[in-house]
Amino acid sequence: MDGGSIPAPPEPVTYLCGDCGADNTLKPGDVIQCRECGYRILYKKRTRRIVQFEAR
Amino acid sequence: MEMDDLPKGELPPHLELQRTRVVCAADAPSYTESVQYSGAYMAYDVDNSLRMEDFRKNFRVEIKSLNEDDIEFDLIGIDAALANAFRRILIAEVPTVAIEKVYIANNTSVIQDEVLAHRLGLVPIKADPRLFDYKTDEEIANEKNTIVFKLDVECTHMGERVKNASDQLKWLPAGSEMPPDSKTKFTSFGCSQDSLPAFTSEAIASRYPDIVLAKLRPGQAIEIEAHAVKGIGKTHAKWSPVATAKYRMLPEVVLLEDIEGDLADELVRTCPVNVFDIEDMGPGERRATVARPRDCTLCRECVRGDGWDKRVQLRRVKEHFIFSIESTGALPPEVLFTESIKILTEKCQRILTELL
Repeated sequence: MDGGSIPAPPEPVTYLCGDCGADNTLKPGDVIQCRECGYRILYKKRTRRIVQFEAR
Repeated sequence: MEMDDLPKGELPPHLELQRTRVVCAADAPSYTESVQYSGAYMAYDVDNSLRMEDFRKNFRVEIKSLNEDDIEFDLIGIDAALANAFRRILIAEVPTVAIEKVYIANNTSVIQDEVLAHRLGLVPIKADPRLFDYKTDEEIANEKNTIVFKLDVECTHMGERVKNASDQLKWLPAGSEMPPDSKTKFTSFGCSQDSLPAFTSEAIASRYPDIVLAKLRPGQAIEIEAHAVKGIGKTHAKWSPVATAKYRMLPEVVLLEDIEGDLADELVRTCPVNVFDIEDMGPGERRATVARPRDCTLCRECVRGDGWDKRVQLRRVKEHFIFSIESTGALPPEVLFTESIKILTEKCQRILTELL
């Protein structure tokens, strides 16, 4: 948001393979494919943002 | 009325029976209510008022069994209204500590966040509620009103399912560690709880180590912080300190005539809980006796059938209650009962100050 500064290099994101469930870390431009089994559907992980629940 | 044969100040037997017993016939019980009016037996010159000194003299408590979780005792000489008040206070108004807020950072197990939070709420926690304050919604969580637990587990075993039980709930005596990337946490503890004298000897944990919270498959993880606060069963059943608090009136089984021979055998056979015994009266003579009236469930099997209601009468003794309390573990059962008495006393005091 702050105009002049250089944007930080995009962080690698970890995805889960839709077939074998292995962790896959991808950078922008990488082929979307599981490194373990070659499956082409990857899922995003659950957010780490804290959710509050009432235990009732 | 001419009543010269009656001793002064005493009720005739049939009225005394109606006053002190519930008679359980095969169809329905009778004389179930207690006689409250002080002048109910004025015609017999009997004072029916309840006086404090009489209550003090006649009231008795007899403990029949006691262990870590259960107690059974007799309350003798107390009205049903008071016995019931204690029962209701035990269930709904004696406080305990239970998990109320659950902060979920990660939960990839099959059990949904809200269901997991609900399960955590029901876990009994072994912490003395008398050492804690109630927390209002506006108040910030501190070491006097909140206990923080952490649950951080991951399943890495390949091909094996991991059970995730209540002993993995770890107590954080120093307060919340969440949110991780902020200086202001969810709690602001003035000091660590394990430095307080009451908790130095034993860590706060679940009363039972083997309550299953969730089951994880390989790759699944749970990362949670749970905040427990003090509350009462009226707000939510998870704060109720008892699994059950119940009472029953003392059963009384009366043989109206001698039951001998084959009839005695039949009587012993019909009772499913073995209340009756057979007494040997010499060669060939057998008589039925009431051996274990306390075991009677008032199933009325013994007063059913031809003529049996003329031979056996089932009664319950009013003002004699067999009280049983099963604690969930926060406090021992005998302490729970004394706490319920304190709460009732407090309520009475409050009414008195309002009246004066």
